Amino acid sequence: MVCLAGCGSGSAPPAELKAVAPVPEARVDPATACVITGQVIFKGDAPKMAEIDMSSNPQCERQHKTPAKAQTVVVNPNRTLRNVFVHIKDGLAPAHWTPPATSAELSQTGCIYQPHVQGIMEGQNLEILNNDPVNHNVHAECEKNAAWNESQPPRAEHKNKQFSVEETLFPVTCSVHPWMRAYIAVSPHPFFAVTGADGSFSITGVPPGTYTIEAVHEKYGSKEGRLTVAPSGTAKIDFTYGT
Amino acid sequence: MAHSGEYHRGLHRWSILLAFCTLLLVVAGGLVTSRDAGLSVPDWPLSYGKLMPPMEGGILYEHGHRMIATTVGMFTIVSLVWLLIVEKRLWMKWLGGAALVAVIVQGALGGLTVIYLLPWWISSAHASLAQLFFSTTVAMAIFTSGWWLRAPVSVDEDERHPIRGLSLAAPVFVLAQLALGAAARHKAIGSIYHICGSPIVTFVVLWVSLRILLHYARNRELRMGALTLIGVTMTQVFLGIAAYMSRIAYADAVQPMPLMVAFTVLHVAVGALTLATSVALAILVRRNVPAPSRAYSSTRVAAVS
Repeated sequence: MVCLAGCGSGSAPPAELKAVAPVPEARVDPATACVITGQVIFKGDAPKMAEIDMSSNPQCERQHKTPAKAQTVVVNPNRTLRNVFVHIKDGLAPAHWTPPATSAELSQTGCIYQPHVQGIMEGQNLEILNNDPVNHNVHAECEKNAAWNESQPPRAEHKNKQFSVEETLFPVTCSVHPWMRAYIAVSPHPFFAVTGADGSFSITGVPPGTYTIEAVHEKYGSKEGRLTVAPSGTAKIDFTYGT
Repeated sequence: MAHSGEYHRGLHRWSILLAFCTLLLVVAGGLVTSRDAGLSVPDWPLSYGKLMPPMEGGILYEHGHRMIATTVGMFTIVSLVWLLIVEKRLWMKWLGGAALVAVIVQGALGGLTVIYLLPWWISSAHASLAQLFFSTTVAMAIFTSGWWLRAPVSVDEDERHPIRGLSLAAPVFVLAQLALGAAARHKAIGSIYHICGSPIVTFVVLWVSLRILLHYARNRELRMGALTLIGVTMTQVFLGIAAYMSRIAYADAVQPMPLMVAFTVLHVAVGALTLATSVALAILVRRNVPAPSRAYSSTRVAAVS
């Protein structure tokens, strides 16, 4: 078995290895770096956020003074949509972007994954915490990256995971508590954001250029727009979901 | 085949217990899938590295399923040992052996589907083999009964309306429909294939049953068997519609809803009963409607045509 993986010396390298051209290290000139901002607007009646029934696990239920609500569709008071992943889909020059040294974090608190949606970079560490007094299983339902499912008992060591391939919004679930669901997007570059309580997003440090911007929501899917941002400039793009 | 054995009350009752526990196991397996609990215990054969993890949330369903499965496996071993000791019919010993092989393969499929994160083909095979295994245990209960060992009240096959070959169509079509259901449930195919299969398998079941009721009705056992199969199949059709409607109604639910779980699990369980009933009816037909060369070997009732 070991030989199958590592004892192939003497023959020509596989075609796919030969075809990969070296990619330059990415660099953004701070003097010309740009900002892309916008809002994700929701039109129509906001769906009612369903209450989660945690009665099957009282230790989860006790951690909430009022019933927790599903985060599938969260419409903010200003009629904007929360938890939308927005990123540069296309237009960046080919380059290798170094992932940040800091870890992204996914916590299990009150039998809810927090944050509900987040983006991380390829190769960036994702630290997974269980702050609950109960067992969880963390199931990364990736399709492009290797999927995995691991238990995480109470007070267990934090898990550290990395994802090596770009993938947009795959679910992370827990089968012990079937309402637990988070979404992660893996990006090859740092130009992404997730809309929050005001439905806005801001992507900073972007090289000037013309880009395709994509917004992705777990239920409503993706929308795209195109914009050009001048050196040191700010470009705005809004997305609209709903009826 | 029917008359060469001896009746062993204990073995027969044990076989009934095995079949009953297997039905419970099918229900438990249905609960695991319907409650989305299949991966709540990521390790196998241990659960969270233990024999008995905390039975909370989805672990209750997944580990409970494993516990019942272990019990059924043990019971199957006991059945085979019992058969090897007291049973005179060689084919019955082979049937007990086949049941043990099936339950071992079934356990391995259950473990593999957990380890490989529920690939559709392993999960579908696991669900389909469960149905076959249940029917095997029901057949074992039939074959170990005193009723089976008595001479049958037989009826001549009506040449214009033969039933011996046709009776095998019902279990074949029901099993195919159950396999489609398992594949749909594990997202290998769309539900539409299972839904489209429903009228076909219902037609085949009615064809077999109505032929018995129209042409072999004076044989009480055949009549009761056909009526039972119709009743179970109609219940199953109703449950299938209810399960599908509940899934549509709760499509946006954040977690499995009790009504959807109840209808779906009942649909799985009655599916197992439908297959077992069709197998039992086929056994009954081939026992009570002997092949032409054996038609005069026992008490006979004239066929009604």
